[in-house]
Amino acid sequence: MWTAQLPAFVIAVPLAAAPVAALLRGASWSWACAALASAASFAIAMLLALAATEVPAISYAVGSWPPPFGIELRITGFSALLLLIITGASTIALIGGKASLDSDIAPARRHYFYAAWLLAVGGLVGIVASGDAFNIFVFMEVSSLATYILIAAGGNPRALPAVFKYLVMGTIGATFYLIGIGLIYLMTGTLNLVDMETRIHDVTDLKPIYAAVGFVTLGLVLKAGVFPLHVWLPNAYAWSPHVVTAFIAACSTKVSLYVLLRFDFMVFQGSLGGHDLQFAGFLMPLAVLGILVASAVAMTESHLKRMLAYSSIAQIGYIVLGASLMSVSGLTAGIIHMFNHALAKGTMFLAIAFIATRLTALRLDDIAGIGRRMPWTLGAFLVAAMSLIGIPGTAGFISKWYLVLAALESGAVGALLVAVVLVSSLMAVYYIWRVVEAAWSSAPGAEAAGAREVPLPMLAVLWTAALANIWFGLQPGLPLALSRSAATYLLGQLQ
Amino acid sequence: MKYFGLYNYWVFTLLLMIGLYAVIAKANLVKKLLGLSIFQSAVFLLYISMAKVDGGTAPIIQHADEPQVFSNPLPHVLILTAIVVGISTIALGLAIVVRIREEYGTIEENEIQARDRDR
Repeated sequence: MWTAQLPAFVIAVPLAAAPVAALLRGASWSWACAALASAASFAIAMLLALAATEVPAISYAVGSWPPPFGIELRITGFSALLLLIITGASTIALIGGKASLDSDIAPARRHYFYAAWLLAVGGLVGIVASGDAFNIFVFMEVSSLATYILIAAGGNPRALPAVFKYLVMGTIGATFYLIGIGLIYLMTGTLNLVDMETRIHDVTDLKPIYAAVGFVTLGLVLKAGVFPLHVWLPNAYAWSPHVVTAFIAACSTKVSLYVLLRFDFMVFQGSLGGHDLQFAGFLMPLAVLGILVASAVAMTESHLKRMLAYSSIAQIGYIVLGASLMSVSGLTAGIIHMFNHALAKGTMFLAIAFIATRLTALRLDDIAGIGRRMPWTLGAFLVAAMSLIGIPGTAGFISKWYLVLAALESGAVGALLVAVVLVSSLMAVYYIWRVVEAAWSSAPGAEAAGAREVPLPMLAVLWTAALANIWFGLQPGLPLALSRSAATYLLGQLQ
Repeated sequence: MKYFGLYNYWVFTLLLMIGLYAVIAKANLVKKLLGLSIFQSAVFLLYISMAKVDGGTAPIIQHADEPQVFSNPLPHVLILTAIVVGISTIALGLAIVVRIREEYGTIEENEIQARDRDR
């Protein structure tokens, strides 16, 4: 049946479209190619998500070589959710952000830019679809190299040192991961994740495996931008082309977190005694510190994009915190927050991209009074910001609600964690309020006074994304079902 | 001999540390990339070392009359891929350094930071 081939197609479509986009010259053909491939991938991801709610895992043997010998693609509820995030963010960003991309990317380089974009999408999709440790590494590097190109593609020279730092740290992270899977391969002789888990049970000398746990966890924590290994993130987000920020802020760190959870829960949890305590003991303090410190920095930051980048680091903390609670409800909260945060932050950065088509600088002083000139763009920004804060009725509320419930389940330390979540939500209210104050209360500067609202088609895309924040706050059915199936699947190994 | 018999792994560790040190300690961006390259090469050595089987030969040599011992070909194939990845990374890194040189007129990290502060 043709639907059986979908796991292969979701990767193949963007990867195959990349060289086509590179060959298409002239006006907007390469953009159209990228948007079309991205939308096709999104449609496939939706079909896979619907299929993944019915069965625990869809396994696809690449080239009909049965796993564990061949490469296996494995779509679970977890990976289906991530597929939706990646392809959805890419599609919305491409369609809504065309005007912004046209002004940021030099015409002579546009077709290469869109090729790199498709490679990034293909790589990220490949990471979450693959069930093979080395295959994941290759896709990780495909997506990372493409992402470096995307970040450096704009005209801003400050993006260059930022992307260099990202390249160095990203490569160290990926190489640590490579050392980790090398050590596991050394002891078990397999690269298939499912097979790895069963074979670690038979390993007598566990020392190399413990070293591997360290390398894999640290490498992925570095790539995911978990505090305090986040230093590459703020500048990379701040100085890249604005639409690229919307895309990578929505999905790239989450994909690394996906691999982290997949390894730590699926591979190590069942086979290493006491791993759950070590994992929680290592990551929970980092998550709490990340939430508080990054939120505090966001409160003092005056550049709009850097502020939201620090806010992203805090949100990564929420996801890690949920996971380190080691319960089904905690993991559900963490995983659904991946989806909800992607929705909120993607919308906010897209709104910023629209503002940037009218203004040259994005400090809080520069956007003074822009709310009165571009009420619809700022309105969408505000709806997504409310979701980021966690106002009831928005998607962000759902994830914070589950996170608080999960924290309360976990006993004495839970009350403290609830306090952390509440305090950081208040901090988010503060830094969002600074934007609101600047955008509406102050008198507009010379540039802002002349700014006009963006055209209707762009607003339509932005508001679709903004209203999705409310829709998934009222109807969280699909992401919640996928998150819960992901959480029980991950924790199934613990019992 | 117990600890030095498997000297490949010692060399792996040493190279890894040299590479990581250069990445962290050097301010020159090209030297950082050199460190990164050494760092990655160390991992290649780890994979190649684990593939070695005592007395093993290449898996393409076949003698019908005698049983053959082969080295494990899989890590070699894996590392061939990783080498390609490494080359691409370094190439991209160097391309970025060239662009930094064009924009900032320097490839020393502290000077770049100083110029960013003045901006």
